[in-house]
Amino acid sequence: MDYLKKYPKLFQWLFLLIIFFALCFSIDVPETYKFIRGQAEFVKDPNQSTYVFLGKEVRYYAFDVFWRLPPLLGWLPIWINDSLFFLMNEWMPMEFWNEDTQEYKTRPLVLEISRTLTSFMTFLIFLIRETLLGGLETIVAFTSWDWIDKNPWAELPGLPWTIVAAGFAILSYKLSGKGLAIFAGLVMVYISIFGQWKPSMQTLSFILVAAPLSFIFGLGLGVAAYKSKRVEKALYPILLVMQTMPQYAVLVPALVLFGVGDHAAVIITMIVAVPPMILLTLLGLRAVPPEVIEAGRMSGCNNWQLMTKVLIPTARRDILIGVNQVIMVCFSMAVISAFIGAKGLGFNLLLALNQLNIGLALEAGLCISLIAILLDKMSLAWANKQTDYFGNLTFYQRNKNSLFFGASVIVGIILAYVGTFIFKDTFNYLFEVPHNKGISTADFWNKGVDWIFDTFFVYIKAFNTWLIVEVLQPMRALYLRMPAVATLVLVVGAGYLIGGIRSALVVFGLTLFIALSPWWDRALVTTYMATFGVIMSCAIGFTVGTLCFQSKRAAAFMLGVCDIFQTFPSFVYLIPVMMLFGITDTSVLIAVIVYATIPATRYTIEGLRSVPAGLHDAATMSGVNKFQRLTKIEFPLAFPHMMLGLNQTIVFALFMVIIGAFIGTEDLGQYILKALSDKNGAGIGLTLGICVAFIGLIFDNLIRTWVGQRKKHLGID
Amino acid sequence: MSEPVIKCENVYKIFGANAEKMLQESNGNVDAKTFQDNGCIVGVNNASFEVSKGEMLVVMGLSGSGKSTLLRCISRLTDATGGKIFIEGQDLLKLNNKELIDLRRNKMGMVFQSFALLPHKTVVENIAFPLQIKGIKTEDSISKAMDMVKLVGLDGRENYFPRELSGGQQQRVGIARSLAVEPDIWFLDEPFSALDPLIRKEMQDEFLRLQEKLQKTIMFITHDFDEALKLADRIAIMKDGIIEQLDTPAKIVLNPATEYVRKFTEEVPREKVLLIEDVMDTSNTENVGDLKVSKDEVIENVAEKILSQEKTVAVTDENNKVIGSINPTKIINTVFGGRKNSN
Repeated sequence: MDYLKKYPKLFQWLFLLIIFFALCFSIDVPETYKFIRGQAEFVKDPNQSTYVFLGKEVRYYAFDVFWRLPPLLGWLPIWINDSLFFLMNEWMPMEFWNEDTQEYKTRPLVLEISRTLTSFMTFLIFLIRETLLGGLETIVAFTSWDWIDKNPWAELPGLPWTIVAAGFAILSYKLSGKGLAIFAGLVMVYISIFGQWKPSMQTLSFILVAAPLSFIFGLGLGVAAYKSKRVEKALYPILLVMQTMPQYAVLVPALVLFGVGDHAAVIITMIVAVPPMILLTLLGLRAVPPEVIEAGRMSGCNNWQLMTKVLIPTARRDILIGVNQVIMVCFSMAVISAFIGAKGLGFNLLLALNQLNIGLALEAGLCISLIAILLDKMSLAWANKQTDYFGNLTFYQRNKNSLFFGASVIVGIILAYVGTFIFKDTFNYLFEVPHNKGISTADFWNKGVDWIFDTFFVYIKAFNTWLIVEVLQPMRALYLRMPAVATLVLVVGAGYLIGGIRSALVVFGLTLFIALSPWWDRALVTTYMATFGVIMSCAIGFTVGTLCFQSKRAAAFMLGVCDIFQTFPSFVYLIPVMMLFGITDTSVLIAVIVYATIPATRYTIEGLRSVPAGLHDAATMSGVNKFQRLTKIEFPLAFPHMMLGLNQTIVFALFMVIIGAFIGTEDLGQYILKALSDKNGAGIGLTLGICVAFIGLIFDNLIRTWVGQRKKHLGID
Repeated sequence: MSEPVIKCENVYKIFGANAEKMLQESNGNVDAKTFQDNGCIVGVNNASFEVSKGEMLVVMGLSGSGKSTLLRCISRLTDATGGKIFIEGQDLLKLNNKELIDLRRNKMGMVFQSFALLPHKTVVENIAFPLQIKGIKTEDSISKAMDMVKLVGLDGRENYFPRELSGGQQQRVGIARSLAVEPDIWFLDEPFSALDPLIRKEMQDEFLRLQEKLQKTIMFITHDFDEALKLADRIAIMKDGIIEQLDTPAKIVLNPATEYVRKFTEEVPREKVLLIEDVMDTSNTENVGDLKVSKDEVIENVAEKILSQEKTVAVTDENNKVIGSINPTKIINTVFGGRKNSN
């Protein structure tokens, strides 16, 4: 009885678990139940039950409601699809003037808007792409194909790669200094020499369009949300869902609305990249000290002056961190958008992976990683750069960088011109190294992979089999064995114990949505893979983090490593695991573990670091040894922050599990991948994405609520 | 006397959802407790006072006493819930946004506790900021700002960024910025509270020097009673949103209106605050010795002289006419008598 009073929470949790297991054991697996591999809605089977809602027929395999809830939301994807189709093809037909045919044409409004947007984006992308690589399209946009035929000289020539490389180096020098300039130069030379110039510039042009647009929209919406509570409230749920929604899943509706290609990818990238920009703008503006705002007001600023001259410049750093986020999201989207036909490095990577040419994939992947690091470092340097005073500098000092760039343009052009004489019979290497005409290491890597397979195949296979048979299969079976009702009780109970009625209701709603969708089984598989990844990641991350924390230098080094790894688009992680483990679930899980270990490690170190120095000293003076200090002082205080790390770990793991579908898994991701190649996939893809986002949000809600209470209790933050 | 520059009539500031309605229902009888029970917090409770031209009113109170809120009502950084505020006869609460901006651009300057400088602008750009906001050309505003830089003694540092300055220097920039538009009314919100004691004293002296020269109408907020005594023409002592007493430093020290005010005055070295005028005996101008002291002397400065006399000492006004007297016993009583021994 004393125990009960002393640890009431513990007993509440025990009680919850007992109910959960009681439900699990009392509800039997129906004899007809099997894991449905095909999509129920496309299979006609007399065993299926059907119902009609909103004119849509939904077919499904019926079970006892305690075991699996019927897919009462099964109409949703079909309905989304039909609505989209209606919007695009039938809603509000209007007359539009067509420039080419010189006549009015009737088109539905949304279709016209989407086509206008599309052609605008296409123009922007080609403008930048052709400045970098040369081409016709931009000039055609202002004239016509006939005109080009008559004037064959009219073509954007493209910049020689030397100029672009010099430009990057000079910009890096301006932002950060010599170190970054050298790195930038080397990366550019590497890209060029290894024949990745064209796809790299394609990817870059994609980012140069998507990032500024995302920045403008993000800043605008961030400012609007700052000024009006109502806008913020309206945006908040969208921001929340977008944070946990796999980037993959938003691609699907983009296909329907904007078609295939770079333009569609840019538009959809904006949808993904704007939310972090909004959040960081809001954060930055909120952090402006109230007295600075008052000082602005007392200086007689009107609202516009206050925003542009006081608030935004003061919040500069946070806003530029937002720019960094935008660039990184755009970059990772540029890679993933290969699935909807965006050109560039991602496309080559996807192609190579599809052909199982690990060597080529590795080359593209290396390029992607290098550019990612470069862009990340450059934009961070920009954010951290402080304004300098230029008033008393000479003209040369002030315009040094522009002058150097001007000089490099001239030198680059001369070099390219000279190149036409040197490389008369082959490609002009001083102008542009053509794709796959550079040095290729693909064969080397492919041989390496073959060697690894030849040498270690037995061991890898044995490990693989052991893992799948002994660990993964039983775990998966356990997850699938959970009756829907028991799962709901467990989740809602956890919500209630952690955050009271409110939390319980939120997680109940989120879980119910998934349970009523047609993909509950798949969601369980996704959760099982994510859980396995998260457990391993946390075990590794917490251990590594704690060990590294013991030495200042090791901690700084580890954080640096985390920084670098975090910049890689998630897709890149699939290359080395496929190289080592082939196409199996193990590969996916290992990618998940590697990827999700990053936040686990980072937050552990950060959490331990954030323990105040005063407490440290106080503990030492109380005569604790290192281990006691760790367990009695540092862990309890760092724990809330480490739990936030767990939250991130879960999100990262979910993302990777979904992308892992590319290798082949049987979860929600597999369907998202299928939806990508299905012309009626928009509704399915979107609903699946929401399901994944909701899985993330359930954990997000529980962890955040707990952390908030814990921090309040400890009096930190 | 001419019209007061700042005039407040029954100003209330109450935070909370139904503040306005509750204030109307209370008929001016605001009880903090009842308001708190209804989810409202009383910031300023029935403040009425006037500040005349060239006068320095120091509002003193501990944190949460509503002194900063009062200042923000008068600068209209927040809108008062009830009452009237007049700036040079203009009804402040009736101004529209444009008129308010005009008023701030030309008539008001404000200094902040945390300096509130713009981190991306240099010293001179920060000072020129209010001028540029007004629409003055860059060169003119910079040259004007340079005058201000000299006024506060920061020459040679005009191209530094705030991050490169010490706290005292940053506050000099803040002061210069608030003076750049040559305002008539100067608000200072705990300007020296974030500074180290030595720097604080230096800045107070600097401030007095400036005020001597500029003769602005000032509202100065502080939580430091000594600072208030040192600077003020008149002091308003606030507690829980209510002005407990508003008077000259000497009268507050001699006649604290409430127990709360008395606690502040207990530890005050009276000889440093009070003038001979405040303690002299005006009924006796006949039976005096040869020594004469001016009524405007601070007691500390003349105490030794007076105490060395056997007889009563004559007090004179500026025309050297005897207007009263003071005897050594009175000095001893003033300095030691009213003070409770805390040991």
